[in-house]
Amino acid sequence: MSTLDSKIPEGQLSEKWTRYKSSQKLVNPANKRKLDIIVVGTGLAGSSAAASLGALGFNVKIFCISDSPRRAHSIAAQGGINAAKNYQNDGDSIERLFNDTIKGGDYRAREANVYRLAEVANSIIDQGVAQGIPFARDYAGLLDNRSFGGSQVSRTFYAKGQTGQQLLLGAYSALSKEIKAGTVKMYERREMMDLVVIDGQARGIITRNLQTGELERWSSHAVVMATGGYGNVYFLSTNAMECNGSAAVQCYHKGAMFANPCFVQIHPTCIPVKGDYQSKLTLMSESLRNDGRIWVPKNIEDAKAIREGKLNPTDLKEEDRDYYLERRYPAFGNLVPRDIASRAAKERCDAGYGVGAGFAVYLDFKTAIERLGRDKIQERYGNLFQMYEKIVDVDPYENPMMIYPAVHYTMGGLWVDYELQTTIPGLFATGEANFSDHGANRLGASALMQGLADGYFILPYTMQNFLADKIHQPRVSIETKEFDEAEKSVRAKLESIMAIKGEKTVDTLQRELGHIMWEYVGMGRNAEKLTKAIPMLADLRKEFWSNVRVTGDMNSMNPELAKALRLADHIELAEIMAKDALQREESCGGHYREEYVTDEGEARRDDKNFMFVGVWEYKGEEQEPIMHKEELNYEFINVQQRNYK
Amino acid sequence: MDFTLKIWRQENQKAKGRFETYKIKDISPDCSFLEMLDILNESLVNKLSHPVCFDNDCREGICGMCGLYINGRPHGPDDAVTTCQLHMRKFTDGETITIEPWRAKPFPVIRDLVVDRTALDKMIQEGGYISVTSGGVPDGNAIPIPKHKADQAMDSASCIGCGACIAACKNASAMLFVGAKVTQLALLPQGKPEAAIRVQKMVAKMDELGFGNCTNTYACEAECPKEIKRSNISRMNLEFILAKIVSEETI
Repeated sequence: MSTLDSKIPEGQLSEKWTRYKSSQKLVNPANKRKLDIIVVGTGLAGSSAAASLGALGFNVKIFCISDSPRRAHSIAAQGGINAAKNYQNDGDSIERLFNDTIKGGDYRAREANVYRLAEVANSIIDQGVAQGIPFARDYAGLLDNRSFGGSQVSRTFYAKGQTGQQLLLGAYSALSKEIKAGTVKMYERREMMDLVVIDGQARGIITRNLQTGELERWSSHAVVMATGGYGNVYFLSTNAMECNGSAAVQCYHKGAMFANPCFVQIHPTCIPVKGDYQSKLTLMSESLRNDGRIWVPKNIEDAKAIREGKLNPTDLKEEDRDYYLERRYPAFGNLVPRDIASRAAKERCDAGYGVGAGFAVYLDFKTAIERLGRDKIQERYGNLFQMYEKIVDVDPYENPMMIYPAVHYTMGGLWVDYELQTTIPGLFATGEANFSDHGANRLGASALMQGLADGYFILPYTMQNFLADKIHQPRVSIETKEFDEAEKSVRAKLESIMAIKGEKTVDTLQRELGHIMWEYVGMGRNAEKLTKAIPMLADLRKEFWSNVRVTGDMNSMNPELAKALRLADHIELAEIMAKDALQREESCGGHYREEYVTDEGEARRDDKNFMFVGVWEYKGEEQEPIMHKEELNYEFINVQQRNYK
Repeated sequence: MDFTLKIWRQENQKAKGRFETYKIKDISPDCSFLEMLDILNESLVNKLSHPVCFDNDCREGICGMCGLYINGRPHGPDDAVTTCQLHMRKFTDGETITIEPWRAKPFPVIRDLVVDRTALDKMIQEGGYISVTSGGVPDGNAIPIPKHKADQAMDSASCIGCGACIAACKNASAMLFVGAKVTQLALLPQGKPEAAIRVQKMVAKMDELGFGNCTNTYACEAECPKEIKRSNISRMNLEFILAKIVSEETI
C-alpha cells in the first residue's frame, strides 16, 4: 500500500542503518539555524531528542505538561536499561538482543527497526556514563548488570531501583545545557490541543497554558510527538496521573494513522488494588524477579485460609507452595516475559488460588535473603521495599510481597516508518508514542532503551534527512487560516465541555471507561466481550458529551477541565482499541484471545493471517475508521513459536 | 476515619489567600493523602464548586511533583515519604489537618496549593550537568569508578526536586538541593573538569533567585523524602571554597 511505505533501506540487516546514515541528506550549520522544530513531551524520548537536535544547531521549542521535564513518567522506570555490551562474557551480542526483542514481541515488530535499536543501545550506556549517571558498579569499579525477563544473559544496566530517574535526569541535564545555551526554549505547564497541518505538512501546534487557560499558537518546520502511551485509558494503571493519549488522538484526527492500538502490556508485578478510592497502581520492578520467587498455595484450602486471615503465608511449608512459573517454564522460571507471567498469575487466581482479596500472588524473597543476606537485598532493591511498605504497611523483608498484574505500557501508537515519521510529512513520533519496536509485547528494560535510542541517536539523523528539503521553506506565520481554524475548533471544544454542566464527574466517567476496558478489552479477550464493549464505549462517548460536569472556568488553572479533555480522547482511543482487538483473531504477546490458545493454554499465533501491523485511519466523526495492513516480512529471523519452557 | 481539613485557597498569584474548612467522612486508613483530596474534590464538583488545585503526577514518590505542607511539616507526619506516599493511617480519627502550599519567596503560589518551582530548573541550567553532547563519548567501562564513590554519587543523585528542603528551612535555603547536584558530579571523574565553575555558577544563581543561606538547623535533611544527607551541603561549601581559592577559573 502506497500510504504505508516503511522506507526500510536495502541490504543486509546489519548494514541498513550504516547505509542509511552514509547516504542520507544533511543540513549545513548555517541552515540549521533557520529551521524550527517543536518537540511535545519531555520524557526520555522528548528531552533526549530536543537536547540532541538543539546541540546540532536547530531551533527547538519543547513543551512540558508539568512544571519541569524531571516530572515525566520515564522517571518512574525502576529496573534498568538493556544493552548488548557483553561485559559479563555470557554470550550476549547485538544479534542476540535483536533476537530476544523480536521473540519477546511475539514476532509482531518490524525487523529493521528492532535491529537498529539493538545496534545503538550500547551508545546509550556510554552516553549515560559520560553525563554522570551513577550506574551500579562492581568492586573493580566497572559497570554491573542484572537479568530481566525474556533473556538468558545479564545485559541490564541499572542505578538501584531508580534507573529511569537517573536516565531521565541525564537527559534533563543535557536539555538544561541546551536551554542555557539558547538552542532550546522550554515551555512548561502547556498541553497540546491540536496539530496544525498546512499543505499536508505538520507545521505547528496549538497549546493550552494550564496555568492561565490561554490558547497559544506555535509554528515550525517539523513536529516531534514524544507524548508517551495511553495506558490510562484503563483508569487504573501504573502510569502517572498526567499521562495521556490525547495528543496522539489529535494527530490521528489530522491524518496520522494509529498502529496496533490493542497491544497493551499488563505488567505482572504491581501492588494489588485495595479500594474504590484508588487512583493509580504502583509497579514493583521486574528486576525483583531476579531474586524473588512467585508462588501461590498448592492447596486451594490453604489459599482460602490465607484469604480469611486464618493462615499466615510464612507458616506454609515449602512443599505446600506452588512456584507455578518455575513449574510451567523451567528454562526461564520467574524470568519469563511479562505477558506470560501476567496470564499465569490470572490463571491461578481465577482457579481460586489467589491470596489477599483473591486477586494477588506472592513474590517471596525468603530464599534470596537466606542466600545473600538482608544487606545485599537492601542494596539491590531497598527503595522498592520501602515503597511497598509505605503503601501496604507490611514489611516485605519479613513477609512475602503481594502482587497482581496491572496495565503498564502500550506497544501500539502512532504509525511510523523507518525514519520515525508518521503518515503526516513532518510529524515524527518517538518513544512509547510510536509503535515500532516492541511488537505485541515489550521486554523489560527496553522502554528506556527505545526512548533514548530514538532521541539521542536516530531522530537527529532522520529528521535532518527530512529537513534538508525544507531549507528554502520560510517560517510560517501563526496568523494563517489553518492556525485560525485549529484554534477555533479547540475553543469550541472547550466551550462545549464547559456548557454541558451534567451530572457525572470526570472521575466517575473515567472509572466507567476503565471498568469497560479492564473487563472487556483486558487481559483475556474474546469476540463476545469485544462485541459488547464497542457499543458500550459508543454509549459512554455520548454520555460524556451530554452529561459530564466540569466546574470552574476555562480561563484559569482548571485540572478538571484538563482531565475532561483527555477523557474525551481516551474514549475514542478505547473504541479503536476494541475494534483492533476484535479484528485480530489470534493470540500474540499481550493480546490474548481466549478462543486462540494451544492445548497447554499458551497463546496461539496465526502467522498465516495476522503477521501484519493493524494501522487505523480516521475517517471523521461518526464514521467507521478504516484499517490498513503493513505486512511484516521476516527476511533474516527464523519465526518460531515462543517457547520459554 | 473522619477529618476536618483546613486548606489554603488562593485564586491566583495576586489574589489574597485564606483558609477554608471542609469536613470529610468515612475515609479508609489505607487511602493515600492525595486520594483523600481526590474524594474531597469529587464532592466539591458535586456541589458545583471549584476543586482544590494541587500538583501531583506519578503518585509513587519519584517525580517530585507533589508537595504539601501538612500540619506544619513538608510532606506531612511520616518520615522519608512524599505527600503521595503518605497514608491516612498516619493520622488519628477526628483530627484537624492543616494543608498549605510550600512557603518560600522563590516559589510563588499559582493557585491554591500549587506553587511555581521553576527556580529549581534555573539553578540546574547554570551548570548542574556535564557538558557532553550526544555521541562521541568513551566506552562506559573506559573510566572505572570506585564502587563506594558511585554509590555515594547515587545517594546524592536520588534527589527528586520536590522542594521540601526549601519549604522546611526558615531561610528558604536551597543548599541541600544544590549541594546534592554539586556533590554527585564532583564525586565522579567525568564531572571534575567543570567542577570549579559549576559550583560557583550554581551558588550565584541560588543567591540571585532569593534563596537564603543555611541555618544549620538541618530541617532540610529531616524532611527530605529521599533522606539526602546534610553532608552534601558541607561538600558544596568545600567545593566552593576550593573553587574560589585554588581554582584558576572564576566567574
